[in-house]
Amino acid sequence: MGKFEQDIYRARDPEFTWEDEEILASGRYNGAKALLDVLEKEGVEVIFGYPGGVLLTLYDALLDSSIKHILPRHEQAAVHAADGYARVSGKVGVCLATSGPGASNMVTGIANAYMDSVPLVVITGQVPTNLLGTDSFQEVDITGMTLPITKHSYLVKDAKDIPRIVKEAFHIAGTGRPGPVLIDLPKDIMAADVIDPHAPKLSLPSYKYFTKGNSGQINEAAKALAQSKKPIVYAGGGVITSGAGSILRELIDKVNIPVVTTLMGIGSVQSKHPNLLGMVGMHGTITANLAVNDCDLLIAVGVRFDDRVTSGLKHRFATNAKIIHIDVDPAEIGKVVKAHIPIVGDAKLVLDELCKKAMAPEITGWWAQLRKWQQEYPLGYEQDGHLNPQTILEAMGKIGGENVIVTTDVGQHQMWAAQFYPVTSGRQFITSAGLGTMGFGFPAAIGAQFAKPDSLVFLVTGDGSFQMSIHELATTVQYDLPIKIVLMNNGVLGMVRQMQKMFYNERFSQIQLHANPDFVKVAEAYGIKGIRVDHPDQVEPALLEAINTPGPVLLDFTISPDEVVLPMVPSGKVITEVLGGVD
Amino acid sequence: MLHTLAVLVENNPGVLARISGLFARRAYNIFSLAVCQTENPSLSVMTIVVEGDSQVIEQVTKQLHKLVVVHKVTNLSNEAVVDRELALVRVKVKTETRLEVLQTVDIFRGRVVDMGRSNLTIELTGDKEKIDAFIKTMRTYGILELVRTGKIAIARSDT
Ligand SMILES: Cc1ncc(C[n+]2csc(CCOP(=O)(O)OP(=O)(O)O)c2C)c(N)n1
Repeated sequence: MGKFEQDIYRARDPEFTWEDEEILASGRYNGAKALLDVLEKEGVEVIFGYPGGVLLTLYDALLDSSIKHILPRHEQAAVHAADGYARVSGKVGVCLATSGPGASNMVTGIANAYMDSVPLVVITGQVPTNLLGTDSFQEVDITGMTLPITKHSYLVKDAKDIPRIVKEAFHIAGTGRPGPVLIDLPKDIMAADVIDPHAPKLSLPSYKYFTKGNSGQINEAAKALAQSKKPIVYAGGGVITSGAGSILRELIDKVNIPVVTTLMGIGSVQSKHPNLLGMVGMHGTITANLAVNDCDLLIAVGVRFDDRVTSGLKHRFATNAKIIHIDVDPAEIGKVVKAHIPIVGDAKLVLDELCKKAMAPEITGWWAQLRKWQQEYPLGYEQDGHLNPQTILEAMGKIGGENVIVTTDVGQHQMWAAQFYPVTSGRQFITSAGLGTMGFGFPAAIGAQFAKPDSLVFLVTGDGSFQMSIHELATTVQYDLPIKIVLMNNGVLGMVRQMQKMFYNERFSQIQLHANPDFVKVAEAYGIKGIRVDHPDQVEPALLEAINTPGPVLLDFTISPDEVVLPMVPSGKVITEVLGGVD
Repeated sequence: MLHTLAVLVENNPGVLARISGLFARRAYNIFSLAVCQTENPSLSVMTIVVEGDSQVIEQVTKQLHKLVVVHKVTNLSNEAVVDRELALVRVKVKTETRLEVLQTVDIFRGRVVDMGRSNLTIELTGDKEKIDAFIKTMRTYGILELVRTGKIAIARSDT
């Protein structure tokens, strides 16, 4: 670029600095470098990626970048790791894959993040623009394939758009209701010269999101609360996303009302809080479900009335209640149930205002009823001398302390963890809720450990789920991540077996994992410690040994395939038809 | 009930796929769809006729608003509007029916835009009812080919 052109840039862009001049003077400033530059400016510390042909220019540029690149063993794991990183850190997670199979391998991970509203920027390589649409080698239409599972997506057609698009992607991913944004980058675009290193202003004339709630509506909510006889808060993932946990606790303490959480909402209120009745829904506590069923005011915050909570029976859910629905996404309000007092806004800002205006209702009778239910239907399990999964989770809570992150896979072990692990804060319990993706937990633990290098990270997994991401043992070893793997090994696909046992007359079909490896030996093959535990007395010593051993450790807990997750409100049933509880 | 939505969208590649994909995956039924540029070259307007009760339409509207490229959604069914469709109809004619057809075209204020040895092509604009009625009449002579646009609509000005 000549002096004359530089002058033009300077005139056009007051932010143009001598650093930019240096970049320009240094010769080729291509799309790949522009991408990494703008990622750095966005504060990205780590990206989870997997290379391939169309990404060669980018991986070459990466050698000179300050951004840390982590190489998982599968692209799905790269997305899940970025997802775990985002959930724990509250920042936007970034992942990267090559065109074709690399991109399509990420689809499940993107869907997973979309369902749980996790902010991600997903970057995929694409075939060069002149080959687009010709079924060329390793070409898939990834923007098309992910249209229903991304908040937004871009196919970049001009290198000079890269700085703006990346900036927009971060903005969209992280604001309003967060979600994954995909950027598809053709090979030639990454090699093409970018003439202006500055990201111009965002160009999103139609994008809008809500922050403050309508004060009139919040007044209505405060009035309804003051007049209610049986109020309850139903708190979801939105509370954690918006950082509204502490204001929610302030509210329930101030007016002394009960609260239930969804699976995503675990941690919004600490497990030990006296006003918390536990998780609501299919495997929630009986008290939480009875309370929601019976309440006269449901204060729903950052939830979406998922069918795992309502049993898919929207017309029989909280039928006596006036419903206040607080959500940042207007489309969630009225989607499943009708809200009497809809409030569109950020949970933290809305609760903040509501808390100021809230007055305690007179609900002594309601509390008496709730305490009676709690006594009648405690969340318990039979300690039968065998190694019970619940014992393991309680021991983890006892030994781990507060600076712990628990990620889970999907199945019975996930529900036990949700029920029995004593969570103390938000962003501490990381689970695939909306999509229920087996294989999520391990890579999510990797992402979590990068987000919080000093925290103790537990992965709670099952032998089915673990084998969907077992290859990530290599990643944990390569980056020396001290993740403690709690494998609840029942030799079966436990959750499926449970349903076949309960609803299909014990006609067990394809749930045996006959050829399971010796997981301790697998761990050892990767050069890490493996510990087998098959007696309840060994649980605490084994956990302590794991924690005191540097680096990753795999704990292989032998549990019975006959263990079941209870209570259970079968889908399509109401709480009074719960299994393992109410008569 | 049918609702007519005017959806103002950014004129980006892939916008149509985003909108039609949304309707498909949420199982909303599109009756007709017409897309054109507005006088602002960076915006297009899609006139979408969709079936549903008020709750469905509210969801459709909210879901549309969630798309980053959607600028504004107006439910024209709530307003006084002028709406039009355009149809091109090729009708079979014989010597003895030709005059009759031409008279009918006249009554409907259509125009003959092409003429073959044994057929006439007629252009007709109007609201859906008028075009339906015209097509019904033409069926008695035999319709050889028919194309019609989706509905486009504009709110009546209040001054
Ligand atoms: C990717 C994926 N495939 C299938 C399922 C259906 N599914 C849900 S739980 C489950 C069994 C999980 O087994 P395991 O990981 O061993 O955990 P357990 O239930 O035994 O604790 C299956 C197959 C799923 N959730 N995700």
